[in-house]
This record gives sequence, C-alpha cells and structure tokens, in this order.
Amino acid sequence: MAETPISDYQFEQFLQDRKLMGVRCTECKTLFVPPRVICMRCHSSDMEWVEMKGEGRLVAFTCIAIGTPAMIEEGYNRNNPYCSGAVELVEGPRVVGRIEGVDTRNPETIKVGIPMKAAFLQQGVDEDRKTVLGFMPTDESRE
Amino acid sequence: MNKKRKLSRGVAVVGAGMSKFDMFKDRDSKDLFAEAFVEMQSSVDKGLDPGDIDALYIGNFTNDFFVHQSHWGPILADALGLAPRPATRIEGACASSALAFREGVFAIASGFYDAVLVGGVEDMSKRSVEEVAEGLALAAIPDERNAGFTFPGIFGAIATAYFERYGASREDLMNITIKSHDNAPLNPKAQYQATICDVMRSKIKRAKEKGGAVPDWSDEKDFLRDPIANPPIAWPMHLFDCCPISDGAACILLVGEEIAKHFTDEPIHVAGIGQASGRGLSAADDLTYFEATRYAAKEAYEMSGFTPADIQFAEVHDCFSIVELLHIEDLGFFEPGESYKAVADGLTRLDGSKPINTSGGLKCKGHPVGATGAAQLIEVWEQLRNKAGDRGVPIKDLRVGAAHNLGGTGGTCTFTILERR
Repeated sequence: MAETPISDYQFEQFLQDRKLMGVRCTECKTLFVPPRVICMRCHSSDMEWVEMKGEGRLVAFTCIAIGTPAMIEEGYNRNNPYCSGAVELVEGPRVVGRIEGVDTRNPETIKVGIPMKAAFLQQGVDEDRKTVLGFMPTDESRE
Repeated sequence: MNKKRKLSRGVAVVGAGMSKFDMFKDRDSKDLFAEAFVEMQSSVDKGLDPGDIDALYIGNFTNDFFVHQSHWGPILADALGLAPRPATRIEGACASSALAFREGVFAIASGFYDAVLVGGVEDMSKRSVEEVAEGLALAAIPDERNAGFTFPGIFGAIATAYFERYGASREDLMNITIKSHDNAPLNPKAQYQATICDVMRSKIKRAKEKGGAVPDWSDEKDFLRDPIANPPIAWPMHLFDCCPISDGAACILLVGEEIAKHFTDEPIHVAGIGQASGRGLSAADDLTYFEATRYAAKEAYEMSGFTPADIQFAEVHDCFSIVELLHIEDLGFFEPGESYKAVADGLTRLDGSKPINTSGGLKCKGHPVGATGAAQLIEVWEQLRNKAGDRGVPIKDLRVGAAHNLGGTGGTCTFTILERR
C-alpha cells in the first residue's frame, strides 16, 4: 500500500470499495481518520494506510431539519430530518458521518454511547452518485 | 505558544459606531458601513478628521456568496471617501472583524500607522434560509460538510456530547435564550426588541385575532418546549437557540496610546489580545470545549496580567445557545460542567456577578457574521464608557471587559480584553 498516495481523494476512493481506511504515522504510530499527510503529533510525513474495523460508539449527533444542498436533494427536509454524528472508532480516532437506522423524528430516543458499525451509503444522482461514509447502530444497540 | 507576548506600543480605542442590525431589503453593505462610520465619527469626543485615518482593515466572511461581490476593502474605502488609503479585507469566518481589529492593533503597535479604522460588514438577508445555511457551512471542515453537517448541526452535536458528560439538558439552554431576549430590548441596535414574554403575548394576540386555537403556555420555558412555537432546526438546537440572519456593519477607530488624548479624555485601552486555531469535530481534543478559545484566552490573560475573575463582564460568541454555555467555561469564568448551573442561578444576567452578552448577544442583537467581532467590542467600549444606557452593567467602577469571538466550528477563536485606566 506504500505507493497509494495519502489524500482525501484516495480516502473517498476506498469508500467506493466499502473500505474505511485511516493512516498511521510510521514514527509515532498515531492513527488518523480521515487521513493526514503530516502527523498532527510528531510532524512526520511518513504515513501508511491502515484499514479500520468500522466499529465504534456514537459520541455526538444531531438530527437536521434544514439540511445541506446535497441532503435536500436526497429528499430530506423539515418533515424528514436526517442524522449526522461523530463516532469514536475502536482503534481510537473520531470520525464524522451520516447516521442511519435511528429515529430522527424522535431524537430523544437516540443515545450517545451506543455501539455503531460503518454503513457505506449511496448518495447523489447519475454521475455524481457515490458511496459516502455512514454509521448505523449494531444489532446489540437495538436490543 | 508559551512566550508571553506584549505590544511594543500601546493601542487605544477612541471611537466606535455600528449600524442597526436587522434584515434590510433596501440597504447594502456600503450603506450599512457608512452608517457605522458616521456614528463612529460622531463618537470621537474631540472630533475626527477622516483624513487622519492611515489605513483600513475590514472583516467580511462571505459576501462573495451572499451578494456575489468580493473585494470589500477598497470598495468600502472608496464609499467612505478614504481612497487611496490602503484597505485590507480579512476573512476569519464569523470572527472576521475580531481579526481585523487584531491586525489593526498590530499595525499601530508596530509604529507603521498612528490611526487605523477596523471593522466588518455582512449582507446576508438577500438569500433564502437554506442558502444562508449553505453559505455559513463554507466555514465548516470538509469531512463535516460531507457528513451532512450544517452549522446548527455541528453545534447541536457538540451539545449532545456536553449533555452526556455533565447532565445538562435543553432546559438549561433555555435560560440563555431567555436572558438574551431580556437584554436585547435595552439595546436600540438589536435586531430583536422583544423578550420571550413579549413574543408569547404577540403570538397569543395573533391567534385570538385569527380565531384559531389560542396557546396557553404557562411560562417562557413552556413556550420554548412547544415544537410548533419553537421548531427543531438541528437537534437539540431549536429555532430559539439560533441567532438570526442579519445585515449590519460595525467599525472602530484605533490609535497609538500616546496620541489618544488628541481624540478623547476617555480612551479605552487594549489590555490583552489572543487568537488561536482549532480543529473540527473529528480532530478536536474533546467535544465539550473549544481548544482554540482556551489558547486565545490564555494569551490575552497573560498579556494583560488579568485573570478570569478580573473580567467584570463579557460579550461571548453565542451563535447558538450551547456555544455561550461552553465558552464561559473555556474563558475561565466557570469550571467545566458548572456553567449551566451558574446560568440557572442568574449569575450571567445583567444584574448577576458576571454579566454575559449585555447587548442581547448574537442571538438577539443579530449576527451579520463579518461585523460581529467589532460589534462585540463596541458593546464592551460603550459599557466601559458608561454609555450603554439601561443595559449598563450595574457594577461600581467598571474598568475591565472582554469580548470573545468564534469563527467556523471553532477554527478561529479570539479573546480581547479592554480596559479603562
């Protein structure tokens, strides 16, 4: 994987293959998702791609009634809000994504801390259609 | 960031003015900035010859998007009759004019200029709500935008993390909204001139006139809990947690401290000035505080020699109610996890021990984003000169006040301490 460039573009390419990838600093071993060219901790620029398990827990979320243009295009609105959130991966990094499989009309029912797994979501139409990062509650958190 | 910083030449505020903040169909950025400039000129006690202004620093976030026009530095210099003086536009999202203030301070402190006009402007209301949300989201971090986050959404998510950590809830945020609405009618420049009780009364009156069902809210919180009256925008942020869409301008005249007496016998001195950069939701140290605010505050406190206890009142960035709650902790006014209790106890009200946002805050005064940082400092300046009228902080010997401004999702934070000596 050493030849694969470290970039947001490449991160998104991995998502198309349903892979959640991060980078690890070969010097201080810190992990970053999304990727960074330069290590935030030791400033090394020797980074390598590492695949994440795609498991974690929800640490913050919101249910959005007035969405971004891309999400309005997806059919979301005041009567059909969507959830976005931050998930702390089991490997450590915190990553943001859309949250599926939760009751966005009753956000009181969504609990910070519930276990999540990566969900690769389709977004956009025609040639703009692509896979974006999302998460959904694991079977365990539904019980 | 460990070195104790100081200005090599003292800088003082000797004049300030702002436009009315509101949504104006018939007025543009030039009109609003001219209004602010005229008021600034009349505020200079011993008079100002505009020819004495050496340079301009203008904060503007994204008029490029809102009114499809950029290059506001020279456009405004020309509008004020100040060309060919150099005019520099500064962008730091919602902290743009706090950065303009800071750059103006440095320009004078360096000895290069003696008198500098700093300020900011934003003209937002010509766009739809959805478009304004899109424009503001330009200051979010790319992965946040990809995840569908809007600005209210990002701060809503931060609120859920804070609630989880410290046990606060929407009810606590309501205290901030109610306070802002109580202060705003005392500020003639504020966009909203109604307390929450006023809003309730007018809605009840309208319902009666229309002959429909008349709401029977028992109190302000009951009103704010009503999802019809106060609909969700981005959980847990509801409409009344969010600042409005605003147009407005604000400007401040800065001069070298040693020449301030030519302009006024009551200059207000720049005692401490801090700025820092923060990271977004994925890279921040923690979601329950703003790291850039902590750094900016540390820098300003060290430079001024003041501690949080010395700050008698402050304007604190409150684009959303939760943002005020977190920042009054980050600025050291309250311990982490304690601010919502302090707010519930009334400590941040106008008659409390640490009045916050006497102007009505961004929530009620309005938030024309590029003008906000300067407008916050104008409130501090007016308070320190005892010119704030009915909203004057009722503390004897008012001497030290401060303003905190935030841009983006905490990417840019500033803290500026002003002092009457």
